[in-house]
Amino acid sequence: MAFRTATRAPQRKPRVAPESMDRRGQAARRNRRRMRWAGLAFVGPLLVYLLVFYPYPLYENISMSLHRFNRATFVTGQAPFVGFSVYREIFASPQFWPTVRQTAFFVIGSLVCQYVIGLALAVFFRRNFPLSAVLRGLFLVPWLLPIIVSATTWQWMMDADSGIINRLLGVLGLDPVWWLNADHSLTSVTIANIWLGIPFNLVILYSGLQNISPQLYEAAALDGATPWRQFWHITFPLLRPVSAVTLLLGFVYTLKVVDIIWIMSMGTGSSQTLATWAYAMAFGKGASAVIKYSQAAVVGSVLLLIALAMGAVYLFYQRRQED
Amino acid sequence: MVGIRRVWWKTVLGLVFTALMLFPLYWMVNVSLTQRSAIRNGDLFPARFTVEHYAVVLRQQLPYLGTSVVVGFGTVAVTLVIAAPAGYALAKLLVPGRRLISFALLVVQMVPAVVMALGFYMIYSRLGVLDTIPGLIMADSTIAVPFGVLVYAAFMSSIPQDLLEAAQLDGASYWRTFSSVVLPLARNSTVTVGLFAFLWAWSDFLFASTLDRGGERLRPITMGLYDYIGSQNQEWGPLMATAVLASIPTAILLIVAQRYIAAGVTAGAVKD
Repeated sequence: MAFRTATRAPQRKPRVAPESMDRRGQAARRNRRRMRWAGLAFVGPLLVYLLVFYPYPLYENISMSLHRFNRATFVTGQAPFVGFSVYREIFASPQFWPTVRQTAFFVIGSLVCQYVIGLALAVFFRRNFPLSAVLRGLFLVPWLLPIIVSATTWQWMMDADSGIINRLLGVLGLDPVWWLNADHSLTSVTIANIWLGIPFNLVILYSGLQNISPQLYEAAALDGATPWRQFWHITFPLLRPVSAVTLLLGFVYTLKVVDIIWIMSMGTGSSQTLATWAYAMAFGKGASAVIKYSQAAVVGSVLLLIALAMGAVYLFYQRRQED
Repeated sequence: MVGIRRVWWKTVLGLVFTALMLFPLYWMVNVSLTQRSAIRNGDLFPARFTVEHYAVVLRQQLPYLGTSVVVGFGTVAVTLVIAAPAGYALAKLLVPGRRLISFALLVVQMVPAVVMALGFYMIYSRLGVLDTIPGLIMADSTIAVPFGVLVYAAFMSSIPQDLLEAAQLDGASYWRTFSSVVLPLARNSTVTVGLFAFLWAWSDFLFASTLDRGGERLRPITMGLYDYIGSQNQEWGPLMATAVLASIPTAILLIVAQRYIAAGVTAGAVKD
């Protein structure tokens, strides 16, 4: 059990008598040097990979946003450099701010619901009960399925005429909802995305719970703390770092979601987010009938900036945790 | 006795939650087994049962399933080879610029797939590797590698230092320590990383739909399914049957991986 709870091996402080400091110091330095070379060797492939596979596409994207590309210049590679003029066009576009608002709704709505439901389920599953492992495993299924599978299924369930959801509403005496029309599609894709994200939150938060020592709960129970108080005074505070990671990664994953939205509604109507807008323009589908490489790259760069800002927030948070 | 009753009550509640969560999947299977004329009835079980949709789909989609398997395993191989040693280095060895690397790993996960897809499309069309399987594998691996490194590093940093020092006192090199102590201990991490690398590659829609534009040579199952949505004018029976087929690897891998989960996610190796 000790193995589970130790997140980091204790750092050894050199406890050496002053007279032997020099010799030992040298040996330690040699060891450190060896360890550094080994570290470099083991991390080497990753470094090469990171340098080749990310900066290059990123560079292409940014370069594309600063040139005016169209179908013809894409083939010849002779697109003229236009500075930030495509950026100005995008920001001035009547679609820009509504799309930002819809993206914010999609991301924040998904995150809050996923986290609350995921945490509730993680606490529910914290202690084993008969079948708990199997059920927890089954909860992963929606996460592991191809999104296109889940998205088509939701699309059918949300079908206005014969979808099961509207049938259920009918049984409850409610009016059917046009789930995937322009007005409601944002809510619909958000619901489907919440469903998709619950397993991710459950897994991470559950593993975070397993790292909290059971002795803490035993001690709290001996002191007569109710489960509610245990949650707010032990679980929630100790889970804060894990929660931060969950929400940060969740934000990032949700911000860049294209497929679930695309498959359910092709990003039409209110369900257009920054990511689906970029996708539509880049490949001339859905909301954008023509290919607009440069405009797509601009929206992509905006997404990238938001992502980098989140990275900075995370780093700041991590620093503060360590202090 | 009270304790036991309480526990069974939790099981019942757990079953209800799971049923709610998995209902869409049940619905998918239900529709895929219902005759065409009865699909819009919305029966709660396939009252007018047929497997005809599967026969139709299997004739058309089998090659796509093959492509997806190849792409999936290729992505797993690339991911494991890069992520496992890097995780070890970041967790247990001195790596210059470790913070920078960790930061980079986080940041690259944040890069929107749309940005990557557009960049890869540009590069691939220049290099002439659009519509190739290795091209798709490399693009898909960018989803899994950063995740893999972080999973490995997180697990490996929980391996007691004493265990590694003991191995090194016995004269094991870093590579030996890695391959015969760290990797076996990290077996579950390997399953996790491999599993997700496979499933993400299998499920990938964005890269497949951009880097494989109408090419007949490689068409993963996600694209086979997507074509159905477009071309078949909402033929929900075959559509759902394809969806079920596309879900099979998930089902298989989940059953296989469940064994590892049951073995105790991290405790297994050291607890006894």
